[in-house]
Amino acid sequence: MIENRSLVIIGSGPAGLAAAVRARKSGIDDVLLLEREDQLGGILKQCIHTGFGVKIFKEELTGPEFASRYIRKVKELGIDYRLDTMVISMDEGKNITAVNPRDGLVVYKAECVILAMGCRERARGALRIPGTNPSGIFTAGTAQKFVNIEGMKPGKTALILGSGDIGLIMARRLALEGMKVKAVCEIMPYPGGLERNIIQCLEDFDIPLRLSHTVVRIHGGHRLEGVTIARVDELLKPVPGTEEYVKCDMLLLSVGLIPENELSREAGIIIDPVTGGAIVNQNLETSVEGIFACGNVLHVHDLVDYVAIEAERAAKSAVEKIKGKGKDPKKRIQITAGNGIRYTVPQIIDYYDENEKIKIYFRSSDKLDESRVTVTCKGKNIYTKKYKRLIPAEMEYIKITASDIKGRKVIIEAEKR
Amino acid sequence: MKKEMICIRCPKGCRMNVEYENEKIIRVTGNGCKKGEAYAFDEIVKPMRIVTSTVRVVGGRLPVVPVKTSIPVRRSIIFPVMQEIYKASVKAPIKEGQVLIKNPADCGADVVATLGMEKTGTKDD
Repeated sequence: MIENRSLVIIGSGPAGLAAAVRARKSGIDDVLLLEREDQLGGILKQCIHTGFGVKIFKEELTGPEFASRYIRKVKELGIDYRLDTMVISMDEGKNITAVNPRDGLVVYKAECVILAMGCRERARGALRIPGTNPSGIFTAGTAQKFVNIEGMKPGKTALILGSGDIGLIMARRLALEGMKVKAVCEIMPYPGGLERNIIQCLEDFDIPLRLSHTVVRIHGGHRLEGVTIARVDELLKPVPGTEEYVKCDMLLLSVGLIPENELSREAGIIIDPVTGGAIVNQNLETSVEGIFACGNVLHVHDLVDYVAIEAERAAKSAVEKIKGKGKDPKKRIQITAGNGIRYTVPQIIDYYDENEKIKIYFRSSDKLDESRVTVTCKGKNIYTKKYKRLIPAEMEYIKITASDIKGRKVIIEAEKR
Repeated sequence: MKKEMICIRCPKGCRMNVEYENEKIIRVTGNGCKKGEAYAFDEIVKPMRIVTSTVRVVGGRLPVVPVKTSIPVRRSIIFPVMQEIYKASVKAPIKEGQVLIKNPADCGADVVATLGMEKTGTKDD
């Protein structure tokens, strides 16, 4: 069975929900939202803490509340969605093969596709920590699901490796539920998560943050009994003689997220090796025409509000394409992440209109106090912005005007002032 | 006394220097707006937090429902509030925003559901 659709959105987390609502409101009647779980909302379902919606709703909501605002809109607008539906393949012709228990195997032929599949977590295997393989080692998000959705306690005493936001949030969550959190170890000399989480998740609960520390060995038979931690040097190598044994029956890993781009690769979409997401232009269109990407499948965000804003941008672009308003660009400009910049999104600017203001999101590659971000093309500075502090954990953006760009290449750099 | 502090009232995260004595703020610098002064006062004089957790559910689609305190509560009262949350158990169905525990530990806030929860066997479709 083949169904034709103007727009298919894969994933119903914050990106998919926001994109679906925006596209439907812009007049696309046959939006289809595909979700592999049995509820809409994606990761928001298990993020029961507050901090969502400050930008969009001007109030601080929990994850489930943020999701339900969009889910209500999806239902009010009569947007078609399929739960329990797993997309198993996608090709460059935008044929999407999906399976679910009700319809069996279905192929959707889409005019446009929005990728909103989000991320999965890096697991122990990616870290190559020596030692045994006992139970009690969880990614932070898995532990979060156990505690917040299934109502279980995954252990009694925890050590958390990685100070990403999920790890910090889980440190507080375990402490609240009466579990002991011995420490959060971070291999880098600075924390990976947002400042508010350092204060409200660690300092409030007297949980030590051990910067420049990592886990060097795992101990235990059937169940985790403890881990050995050690300090690392500037090259992130463990320093002999600094080992400490920490007794614990849980090790939570908050060591990074990996955009889930198997489907994108299959469709021939070019992936940025740094972000792990698609290479896109300012309309968030990937290298395959008519396929757009937004949210954590494109690059990892720190705030869900930015995910929703990005998703609306992708939806707007897809709607223009479907309505035939898409134009051909006059030229294509490559953005290079130069010194001090880890990556930019978009990576490409398509030049349509000289007055267009182009928003470029970026992360710095290191902590830079009193710094300056510059954009140059053909050796000439076309933009400068000063920052009190840049840290890789916090995404920033700049806005440049299309007419300032001469040539086909711009370089964005960050340096100390 | 001096304390370096990052305002977390909005995602901008202004880096502030706060001078204070006992529980009196003398000077706040580095804040981008008035919210910064208020934040410094709150953090030093009376830190408040919204507590989020889960409450056990009987007969619901899931075994627990996410909850929050309706307004921020004093940081020092978080664990007494949690004691009440541990003890609580509510019957499905539950509406989003429904009060599940009234004024636990006399904290001045109610514990409310942040998710609607249908009875077991029903499905959102």
